[in-house]
Amino acid sequence: MDLRYSESEESFRAGLRAWLAEVVPTLPEKPSHLDWPGRRAYDTAWQRMLFDAGYAGIDWPVEGGGRGASPVEQLIYLEELERAHAPYVGVNFVGLLHAGPTVIVEGTPEQRARFLPPILRGDEVWCQGFSEPGAGSDLASLRTRAERDGDEYVVTGQKIWTSHAEVADFCELLVRTGPEGSRHRGITWLILPMDRPGIDFRPLRTIAGSTEFGELFLDGVRVPVANRIGDEDDGWRVTMTTLSFERGTAFVGEVLQSMELLRGLRALARSNGAWDEVEVRRRVGHLGAELDALWALARRNVSQAARTGVPGIGGSVYKLALSELRQRIAELGMDLAGPAGLVFGDFPLVGADGDGRGATGNLEIVHSWVHSFSRTIAAGTSQIQRNIIAERILGLPKS
Amino acid sequence: MDFELSEDEVALAEGMRRLVAGRFPLERIRAAEGEAVVIDRSGWSELADAGVFSLRLPEDRGGLGLPNAAAAVVFEELGRGLVPGPILATHLAAGVVDGAADGKVMVAALHRAADASGPVLIEHLVSLGALIVVRQDGLAVIDPATLDASRIERSLDPLTPLWRVEHLPAGEPVAGADEAARWRRDSAVLGGALLVGLASATVDLAVAYAKEREQFGKPIGSFQAVKHLCADMLVRSEVARAAVHAAAVTIDQPDVGDAVRAAAGAGLLAVESALANARTCIQVHGGMGFTWEVPAHLYLMRARVLAGALEGTGTMAELVADRY
Repeated sequence: MDLRYSESEESFRAGLRAWLAEVVPTLPEKPSHLDWPGRRAYDTAWQRMLFDAGYAGIDWPVEGGGRGASPVEQLIYLEELERAHAPYVGVNFVGLLHAGPTVIVEGTPEQRARFLPPILRGDEVWCQGFSEPGAGSDLASLRTRAERDGDEYVVTGQKIWTSHAEVADFCELLVRTGPEGSRHRGITWLILPMDRPGIDFRPLRTIAGSTEFGELFLDGVRVPVANRIGDEDDGWRVTMTTLSFERGTAFVGEVLQSMELLRGLRALARSNGAWDEVEVRRRVGHLGAELDALWALARRNVSQAARTGVPGIGGSVYKLALSELRQRIAELGMDLAGPAGLVFGDFPLVGADGDGRGATGNLEIVHSWVHSFSRTIAAGTSQIQRNIIAERILGLPKS
Repeated sequence: MDFELSEDEVALAEGMRRLVAGRFPLERIRAAEGEAVVIDRSGWSELADAGVFSLRLPEDRGGLGLPNAAAAVVFEELGRGLVPGPILATHLAAGVVDGAADGKVMVAALHRAADASGPVLIEHLVSLGALIVVRQDGLAVIDPATLDASRIERSLDPLTPLWRVEHLPAGEPVAGADEAARWRRDSAVLGGALLVGLASATVDLAVAYAKEREQFGKPIGSFQAVKHLCADMLVRSEVARAAVHAAAVTIDQPDVGDAVRAAAGAGLLAVESALANARTCIQVHGGMGFTWEVPAHLYLMRARVLAGALEGTGTMAELVADRY
């Protein structure tokens, strides 16, 4: 076991850190989370900067146009971006972490040439059309129908939890091509151009008041057969490939972000008197110990991926523990925030230093708390993660 | 950076696991339940010959000169095997007490405030060659033969015999505050490794039972209520394990982090994971879990004993908070 970085890893870090120090201060102010065109412009402009600097598709293989960085370099990349407060992947998430890697592995040469470069350059944005109102955790029960008509599929159905659909150019879409009840044997993976007639999108309002995702209605939408990834009815296997990328380093940045939040809460507690309570100090220490442990586990998972070439199943353990931990950190934040926690807007925290230096703001606390409830649901609920751990790691029989 | 076990570390763990399986199988360990001596001289010598006590001692002082990471891996196996005896204290006393490193002297330790009074409990007393008192300001050694002690008829852990001593003498000072602080830090990491071994063993025990025990016509492990208990057990032991390993490596490689914070956090999570997993293991076993026959209770009671070798969980949490 070795936690020291090699010379080449340190030199990768130094180069990235220097570049970030140069460009992050030049970025414009972040748009409001309700301003979707603004968010697309901001996120894709950042993606273009990464592309020009040679950091786009950090985890993509070189033959797919990516950087082909090692798993450890990917970890360093996420660590440095977090440290520099660089923008998040944002609207580029599905393209960079789902669709792109899937097209690299499963796409034809023509599909790779058409779809990959625009994702890397930030020219095109993707959204996800996997879940349906009747197919959430039980994804294989999806019913959105695709009928073959010559060189096209005609797609009718409904998707839900589709993020960034307002500003997306393409949707990675799972459709039913097999007979009803064919479950995972009758699913096909399609690329849906979002400008086709017959598509209607209705945003859903989240408990944070934002519109992060919505419902996608498809009524006789025509998708070229050339946009199919993999064979007809073989989409489930393709989907498993897609989701395995998500298990890689997707949540690594979150543990570092949470550490920063906890340091902010510690500073707040020290300035508002809460630190005098032994209970508060112990909660901070306990949460800190857990974050340190998950950072260690993240490095273990990355090390495993570096040795075996694939992200391990250990990602489920990490995701489950981290998402539940984040809720408890956010809960501490609300306990410390007092009345300022009741406001979805700036309000002074009792006892916080005049300039708020070192302490976190009330809005950050409120947002981290409200959003924490999505962490144990999105990307596989905690209950599904426990099933995965029990069945695939511990070998317990299927329910 | 490669935080997976190295080939050498894997070999070390496998070697220790073989030794434990061959020399200390559970049924043989259990034969000594309730006895005043739970591990004999030859058993202790075999642990010494395998390097358990001299692992980290520098080679020029007769040790193996191995890093903390190697010791953590070995201790995890000893914990998993429920190997009895004051393993941690004897290991930590190597280099402080003559004869500890080569297994000639068995050493127990006691954490005690300088101004504390009243009776104390001492484990394995009749087997001991030395007793170390760990105080804030340093370490002191007491010759156990000089103590007026009475055997506790039934100790919580039937494999950790206890004696009651009314008045503990101050003992002979052998090391200062720095050494005492190091003792506490290393206890958190290596005691943590023993506890992670326990936590991991209870996952295996519970999962094996959940696969085999049938109710309503199927294995109880196919029910989500049971499945999720088992999954949570694995999460606790794997998270604590990563913390213990990271703390050990941080002591070996001081540039990578704050070893005191890492040790306290690891100790805290290790104690909690061993206790919670043992409790859950009993629950998964249902009525059988409450019987003496099923060994689940032995892991719970040992976890309670080992927790006493570390600072209190609240104190460790505050230590992390102070340094966060």
